[in-house]
Amino acid sequence: MVTLRDSIQVAPEEMRHAYCNALIEAARRDERIVAIDCDLSNSCGTKAFRKAFPGRAFNVGIAEQNGCAMAGGLSAAGMIPFFHTFAVFATRRVYDQIFLSCAYAGQNVKIIGCDAGVSAAFNGGTHMAFEDVGLMRVMPHVTIVEPSDPVMMRSIVPQVAETPGVFYLRMPRKTVYQLYEEGSSFTIGQAAVIRPGSDVTLIAVGMEVVQALRAAEQLAAEGISARVVDMFTIKPLDTDCVCRCAAETGAIVTCENESILGGLGSAVAETLAEHCPTPMEWVGVRDEFGEVGPQSYLEERFGLTAPHIAEAARRVLRRKG
Amino acid sequence: MNQAPDFQAMRRLSADIRKETTRAIGAAGFGHIGGSASIADVLAVLYGGAMRIDPANPGWEDRDWLVLSKGHCGPALYAVLALRGYFPMEWLKTVNQPGTRLPSHADCRKTPGVDMTTGSLGQGMSSAVGIALGNRLRGRDSYTYCILGDGELNEGEVWEGAEAANHLGLDHFIAFVDWNKKQLDGRLEDICRPMDIEEKFRAFGFDARTVCGWDVEAIWNAIQAAKAVPGRAHVIVLDTIKGLGVQLAEEQEFNHYLNFGPQEAEAACEEIDRRMAAGTYPGGDFKW
Repeated sequence: MVTLRDSIQVAPEEMRHAYCNALIEAARRDERIVAIDCDLSNSCGTKAFRKAFPGRAFNVGIAEQNGCAMAGGLSAAGMIPFFHTFAVFATRRVYDQIFLSCAYAGQNVKIIGCDAGVSAAFNGGTHMAFEDVGLMRVMPHVTIVEPSDPVMMRSIVPQVAETPGVFYLRMPRKTVYQLYEEGSSFTIGQAAVIRPGSDVTLIAVGMEVVQALRAAEQLAAEGISARVVDMFTIKPLDTDCVCRCAAETGAIVTCENESILGGLGSAVAETLAEHCPTPMEWVGVRDEFGEVGPQSYLEERFGLTAPHIAEAARRVLRRKG
Repeated sequence: MNQAPDFQAMRRLSADIRKETTRAIGAAGFGHIGGSASIADVLAVLYGGAMRIDPANPGWEDRDWLVLSKGHCGPALYAVLALRGYFPMEWLKTVNQPGTRLPSHADCRKTPGVDMTTGSLGQGMSSAVGIALGNRLRGRDSYTYCILGDGELNEGEVWEGAEAANHLGLDHFIAFVDWNKKQLDGRLEDICRPMDIEEKFRAFGFDARTVCGWDVEAIWNAIQAAKAVPGRAHVIVLDTIKGLGVQLAEEQEFNHYLNFGPQEAEAACEEIDRRMAAGTYPGGDFKW
């Protein structure tokens, strides 16, 4: 059951704390869960896990490759490791370790990437993961999730813990909006249609969901009925949902806080091209590196805000047959 | 594990490993013979008595574990696993064939008895450290062994793993370095000077020792000596010769990867038998 809040406000809990508290709950139920950090446990919010389970928290220092392949080994020995660092390091820095010692080796490892996309803000272009989703999508059998608020985080983390396999969970680590009423539950692999609409579907993920909802409001004022989908599972994509939205609304806009090359939009486009060719537009980062600045500046700089989504919707509607 | 070691049986096992590895690579027509030959003796010690294993139950949780970090020498590991009964000997003829369960690099999803997938050098050190830590967390007294190549020590991840093993005080972790002095492109000294490997590990807090890498009794004793040192991770540097005991490899200055067929393999096996009979196994008249 998913209930969108009537009034969307800043969440009282930072995303990293929602994550860590959910992990602690999961770890109370399953003693195999361990946390690996790479000298960023302050930033990633996992200090509380260490406090709760000092014997199950391992800070390997600034040695991501080792930490990630160690996670593969911990899994081989029967543990369920959660590996934490910034999204840039959690994917591109340890790509081969995830591939070989985790995914190819058939292990049960959870990769947690903080500071997704423009939320890296003042850490700047060096630390701004736009490519992480594309990288992880092309790796076989990896599940990619991006919870959009703390309520969803609480629903998703137990599923990540209880489902064998390699998962990549990306998130902004600090303040986010709370979209959903407490108690809303989500199932990995099943998209949430959170606003009805018949003219166009806005398929969004992560922090772009709130922007898509705002865009839908703007479009409604123009008489355009925009459906909004929270596609929090990027892989495996809920292709049934995508095809249903394509059939029922005839136009798609994807909204993602990452590169459009290989990300959610690419996944949706692959599905549309194969099953139900439909006009679509992308809102996301073009073929660009990140840069430093406040998140609000970066959202505008990379065209991720509601007006950009509304404009993309108008464009796609002009292409609709 | 606590039985008196039968060193002669280990020597015979190492000869069989060399022979079956050579035959397997000969059947494929190509493969990593040099570094496979130089780990035959340590594999014979591990699977010939040092490791607590049950070939009928490869997934037994309380077993000792081995990560072959130099995963390209999978054929040597396959040979000893087959000889110990993990799977039929006939499988060895399928190395690198389409659909095989014995790929060039060690793969824990395909081969019974392979404890971890390796092949991207350096990672096996980390995954072995993770296994050792996991075994400790699970309350097992299992030992986790890891065989590293000497060229592999170029990888920074090896030293990250060493730092972690030391920091965690993993005294049930025993790494071996196959110090055969050559890597794919040439001699270690010419490519990236390895310096004193034993001292390097010691600087990383390891309990470290070096032994003759083809002397099964010395390897066995080194393992026992390592186990007697509490609180520290261990490394045993195996002073080896790449290709030792496989004549067709010995004849090549650089033998990392060779092409040869079944007939040449059989000739090499006959030479192994001849040396065994003459008491000159494994090196024969080979001068080093």
